[in-house]
Amino acid sequence: MNDVLVVGFDDTEQAHRAVAFAAERAGKTDCSLHLVFVVEWSPYSFHTPEELAERHKRREEELERAHSLIQPIMAKLKDAGVSATCEARHGHAAELLCSIAEEKKACQLIIGRTSGSSFAQRLLGGVAITLAQVSPVPLTIVP
Amino acid sequence: MLNRILASALVLPFMASLAHAQEGDGIDQAISNAIAPIVNPIVSTVFYSVPVFGTQFPLIVGWLVAAALIFTVYFGFIQFRGIGHSISLVKGDYLDPKDAGEVTPFQALATALSGTVGLGNIAGVGVAVYLGGPGATFWMILAGLLGMASKFTECILGVRYRNEYEDGTVSGGPMYYLSKGLSEDGKAAFGKFLAIFFSICCIGGALGGGNMFQANQSFAQISGLFPVMEGKGWLFGIVMAAIVGAVIIGGIKSIARVTEKIVPGMAILYVGSALIIIIMNIGAVGDAFSAIITGAFAPTAVAGGAIGALIQGFKRAAFSNEAGIGSASIAHSAVQTKHPVTEGYVALLEPFIDTVVICTMTSLVIIITNSWVPDSGVTGIALTSKAFEANFSGFGYLLAIAAVLFAFSTMISWSYYGLKAWTYMFGEGKAKELVFKAIFCVFVVIGSSMSLGPVIDFSDAMIFAMAIANIIGLYMLMPKVKALLADYHQKLASGEIKKIK
Repeated sequence: MNDVLVVGFDDTEQAHRAVAFAAERAGKTDCSLHLVFVVEWSPYSFHTPEELAERHKRREEELERAHSLIQPIMAKLKDAGVSATCEARHGHAAELLCSIAEEKKACQLIIGRTSGSSFAQRLLGGVAITLAQVSPVPLTIVP
Repeated sequence: MLNRILASALVLPFMASLAHAQEGDGIDQAISNAIAPIVNPIVSTVFYSVPVFGTQFPLIVGWLVAAALIFTVYFGFIQFRGIGHSISLVKGDYLDPKDAGEVTPFQALATALSGTVGLGNIAGVGVAVYLGGPGATFWMILAGLLGMASKFTECILGVRYRNEYEDGTVSGGPMYYLSKGLSEDGKAAFGKFLAIFFSICCIGGALGGGNMFQANQSFAQISGLFPVMEGKGWLFGIVMAAIVGAVIIGGIKSIARVTEKIVPGMAILYVGSALIIIIMNIGAVGDAFSAIITGAFAPTAVAGGAIGALIQGFKRAAFSNEAGIGSASIAHSAVQTKHPVTEGYVALLEPFIDTVVICTMTSLVIIITNSWVPDSGVTGIALTSKAFEANFSGFGYLLAIAAVLFAFSTMISWSYYGLKAWTYMFGEGKAKELVFKAIFCVFVVIGSSMSLGPVIDFSDAMIFAMAIANIIGLYMLMPKVKALLADYHQKLASGEIKKIK
């Protein structure tokens, strides 16, 4: 009952499938889930002075929104008898998922595949490709 | 819709006068004539000068440099001792990962820099070298180094006395530390007076140096390249005002976003080109430095000799990096930090990057390309452009784009500084804010329509006047900063504040 599956969640269809897949695994292997909602953010982005002044407020709003998206799925997991925790964080999705997986000593990282197949995303790789290259724990990409 | 109303409100009077004056020059002249009587008395009061060794020395310049020197000594040359710690803070070594999403020291620095790195670094240096000769560079660098201590002091106070509102937004800056800081010592009335005085000057400075000067000099570059635009300053102004209005009134973030992405690129391109020119003429660099040193102490072709060079250097440095003026403190106040002192360390890098690095680059390029010709009339951005053109033909076009973008981002920053001063005096509220923003847009048009002299004088006057109230406050509050500094270093030593990375 100690093993944790870290699941990346962003309320897309793929993410819901990833959670469903993870919940099924958890049920079979007696693991718990840890859902992570990442708000994409860079410490080096540029802001106008007005945005700086409102940043703290915006951050709270972003986290609130993330929690409001994650709560329904947490309730569903609870009903299904899956033990699950969650957190919402700002940062770079792939980097954060890696560091949280390490911090939680997760046995697996589960994410949905990157949505869309635009040229830019293929070129830049997206979160899934990046994680495939750098994940510190076994990674499952749910299509 | 609002924009459209505003735009037509702006355009109509000009269209009407266009019907009377056949040539664009007529309109420019009319606007210049109308403004000069209002502006001139303000300018002569702020720049009250005393004769020193046969040259006029504006007291306000001495006021700024003396303050920078006093802070430098009072805080034990903090700008030299603390620069390693500054870099470590900007790199994010002390950032708690749990605070991700808040304003980082890097972001506060970048935003404050985008407000100060601008035409002062391109056009202002051109003016300094034209009037003060190569020696002005020496005094500019010295003023930049000393100014780091002023910025250190004002940004710590900005964070210490900022207002944090219930909805999570923050407001900070001299008006808050002057009133709140001094009321702690039972000088509430005097603090309030200084805060109001500062706010009035800040609004003037926002409309002057933060707006009219920017519009004026970027138009100078455009009209220099495209003769067809000559005398059409009002037209350029209306276009610029419409874009500024779209961002600050219309809230069209996409334009601001695009500029914020391009401006750092432009800055890198500008410094890069300057570096290339310096490397191409590496043999002349030695001579340039000796011209700078000789010119600083014994210039020949400069009005007022060494004092003339010093005045020009000090003036332009202060105008470019705004240390002691108080403006940057407004931008820095929003940072997320466990201790106000960290922001002082971060902010002291600003005059260094702005003046010691970027301004010096500009002036080196002017000097090594031998572009400076005393009394030739080639000054300001035209001088800088000529210097860059000497090595890269076509650089003038790039400089024009850079000038317009720098001008634009500086305007956006200053519209916010001015707005904060405005709301401090008149209270917050959509309608009140709109009035200021509309006035700001009108001044873009006025700025691009006037000849250089009155504009530059007015911008200087208002920006320097901010320093009168700000520095009085800084002197009275500096013991508090010293106490904060001691507290910070004690926490650093005890491990209460520690490096994360």
